[in-house]
Amino acid sequence: MAIGKSVIRKDAWDKVTGRAKYTNDFKEKGMLHAKLVTSPYAHARIRAIDIEKARSLPGVRAIITGEGLPLTGEDLRDRPPIAFDKVRYHGEVVALVVADTLVHAEKAANLVHVVYEPLPAVGKPSEALKEGAPLIHEQLGSYQKNEHTYPEPNTNIAHRTKIRKGNIEQGWAESDVVVETSVAFSPSDHVAIETRCATAEILPDGHIIISASSQSPFMIKRLISTYFGEDVGNIIVHTPLVGGAYGGKAPVQLELLAYLASKAVGGRKVSVWNAREEDMITSPVHIGLEATVKLGATKDGYIKAAEILFLFDGGAYSDKAIDVSRAAAVDCTGPYHIENVWCDSLCVYTNHPYATPFRGFGHSEQAFAIERAMDLLAEKLGMDKWELRRKNAIRPGHTTPTQVVLNRSNVGDLPACLDRLRELMEWDEWQRIEIDAYTVRAKGISCAWKTSTIDPDASSGVLLTFNPDGSVNVISGVVEIGTGTKTILAQIVAEKLKMDVNDVYVKMDIDTQTTPEHWKTVGSRGTFMAGRAALEAADDAIRQLKAIASCVLRASVEDLEVGYGKVFLRDDPSIYVPVKDIAYGYKYPNGNAIGGQIIGRGNYILRHLTPLNKETGAGKPGPEWTVGAEGVEIEFNRRDYTYKILKAFAVIDIGKVLNPKAALGQAMGAMSMGLSFASRETFLFDRYERVLNPQLRTYRPIRFGEHPEYIVEFIETPQIDAPYGARGAGEHGLIGMPAALANALSLAAEVPLNELPLIPELIWRKKKGDSHDSI
Amino acid sequence: MESSTKCEMQLLVNGETKSVVARQGDTLLFVLRNELGLTGAKPGCLNGDCGACTALVDGTPIKSCMMLAIETVGKEITTIEGLHNTPIQRAFVEHFAFQCGYCTPGFIMNAYALTETKPDADDATIQEWLESNICRCTSYQEIEAAVKEVLRQKRKTE
Repeated sequence: MAIGKSVIRKDAWDKVTGRAKYTNDFKEKGMLHAKLVTSPYAHARIRAIDIEKARSLPGVRAIITGEGLPLTGEDLRDRPPIAFDKVRYHGEVVALVVADTLVHAEKAANLVHVVYEPLPAVGKPSEALKEGAPLIHEQLGSYQKNEHTYPEPNTNIAHRTKIRKGNIEQGWAESDVVVETSVAFSPSDHVAIETRCATAEILPDGHIIISASSQSPFMIKRLISTYFGEDVGNIIVHTPLVGGAYGGKAPVQLELLAYLASKAVGGRKVSVWNAREEDMITSPVHIGLEATVKLGATKDGYIKAAEILFLFDGGAYSDKAIDVSRAAAVDCTGPYHIENVWCDSLCVYTNHPYATPFRGFGHSEQAFAIERAMDLLAEKLGMDKWELRRKNAIRPGHTTPTQVVLNRSNVGDLPACLDRLRELMEWDEWQRIEIDAYTVRAKGISCAWKTSTIDPDASSGVLLTFNPDGSVNVISGVVEIGTGTKTILAQIVAEKLKMDVNDVYVKMDIDTQTTPEHWKTVGSRGTFMAGRAALEAADDAIRQLKAIASCVLRASVEDLEVGYGKVFLRDDPSIYVPVKDIAYGYKYPNGNAIGGQIIGRGNYILRHLTPLNKETGAGKPGPEWTVGAEGVEIEFNRRDYTYKILKAFAVIDIGKVLNPKAALGQAMGAMSMGLSFASRETFLFDRYERVLNPQLRTYRPIRFGEHPEYIVEFIETPQIDAPYGARGAGEHGLIGMPAALANALSLAAEVPLNELPLIPELIWRKKKGDSHDSI
Repeated sequence: MESSTKCEMQLLVNGETKSVVARQGDTLLFVLRNELGLTGAKPGCLNGDCGACTALVDGTPIKSCMMLAIETVGKEITTIEGLHNTPIQRAFVEHFAFQCGYCTPGFIMNAYALTETKPDADDATIQEWLESNICRCTSYQEIEAAVKEVLRQKRKTE
């Protein structure tokens, strides 16, 4: 009925008429505004902060500095909400000015005088690991941490994940051919067009009301309670629609500042809103990486060993970068069957802006390293690049790097994806073709896979309330960050209750006091977890409807069915009671009544997940793996090193497609983001590790007209635990794009391109043998 | 402080004359959002780079973060709130040409002006107009499909 149709999104008309509201659209007279004072240095001792002049300006209500605040962090508490004693990255918050208007606050912020003593800064993770490198966290050994985080005191290592599967020595012994390659890229940004925003108000009765542009409203509530000792029941977090997130709004940062600001002005409402420049470097960014991959294979192309070292650039604070580095380790080999695996994945501190999830959560990064090595291996073997991938494609019966045994439900059909990609790309026709003296066309491919690595006890709840006409409201903690998940939930509920999807309403915004918790809207887990909860809630509602109808119709509940706005007898649908007559209780002709409003409840928690073993990595981090095969076709100009991306392909096994147009949008949007990251996005750092381009004029995402033609198809291997068999689909289109683009360009330019972004200058430098410094 | 520079001005917004009191340095974006409650125009960069704040002034799309409110006195301002069930809005809905929706008002204002004033626009013209806005969720292919469908309809009816 509703499943499998391109149902128009429930938020569509609000969004095309300008009526959709985001956190910063809610203004109140008398609300105060905060402006951040940020560090111009990447690493410096704070010698003094003089706030006198700023404080004396009219309209200024408070200036807050970092003294006496608790350290924060989800896995490892290493970050003061406002820098204290020293700053560790360019853009770090050193003070917060609260004033009547933003103009007042900005003027005062400019007058806060901070005396710094610059310290040596370190940018690359490999440099940060060297003996004698500046130590970024001297007190690393004393920080509070959770039991599965392993910082290495007196180094810049925040965490190390080890994967030890099989016997790596035996793997090398069985290998006829060995290749080794290294890749690298610097941090970049999410660039959600809505910059982050948070407001806070503390009421006299102790209630703390936060509004936030966030993927994690429920985590904000928990963390403010943990960090500041507030009663968790007193904290209420609102999240309206969110204007793009891509992982960047999963961490909790500005919300803490808004809370501190409100506290400093007697609980008055204060808004903290990032300017673009702050959103790009002060708030957390997309992680950077240096990686080395060594693969061994038999001469007929079966991979026998993989040795992988990931050095993630976690930046100045570990935040969620620890989790990202762990997730990359979990799926370190890519979707290939390799029995002997050794991987160390390090989350390394540097003096860069701190990193946090980016759509794909470590997987496009991991794939860039592995898939470049796969192309190299194919070349050395003299084997077709598609053939090598097809031969080693992971299948049911194989195990993952963390030794999870795959079956027909928990992994998609990668061979089917590869077979279809080969046809769509006309792979066998040509892979490199010279059009004229300067113009070359080339194709590159990559595989992709991903499971989620969210907390093993993360849960999701859904409430269904009925309206007097029998229509239904869906209330879920999934944040509408653009993915359309709430529309999908409406489809799931409509299908289950056999009703028109137009009679299912969704509550778009979140209020943590009245909305059931969805842990965080991350990891392509919304449809699976909230979908399961919605199905359970629908079942609960059906039970209640049948119980009342059973009295009204004088029939056993076992003989009843719900659907089409009625509860009816299974063997004689002409005998029924309309849902609208029992949705708020049933009233007998004599005035007696039974029942009451139907309220369906459901929840879901992921099953049988375990943390990774510290020494071997063995463990089950996620419920299922979505797999895909992706490719690009480019046209390269050998004279000026420019290129055009002509076509981008993806064949992804997302299980049952619940809403085709929405699913295509997720895949293509993710691919676009992956190509933008791969082709042009990076922060540029000077030799003091300061960011030179924190603006959209100098940091330039892909724009209209630069987009290739997107060709996307889905394979539908059901995941039997998931609602109607759907798999995670929000991130996977991105994962293969950087590697596929690098593989195509390396082939076109006839030089290995192992760095991102793939700008013409990089290709030129590599062609010239790195004899030119960058300009 | 800035109260000394505030002045009253009449703005013609979405066909209605509005009296607002604003600083001479206030941008049109600031006045639309904070004085008139028209929050459809979005701040994205305040630097003219992203296009999320696009509105029409005398039918021409402008970045309202780059224009002072006082410059628009005597001109006709149209914001996303001034469009009702237009073909371009319908096309954005049907083609799923939005996701998070934050860049959408700016994109629609720009695309609306394009389809209204240049029904014969070729690919180069479409790119020249629409490359001034950034969308971070879609692939742009959906937006392209929506705009081209409206252009096709316009050509058919003319």
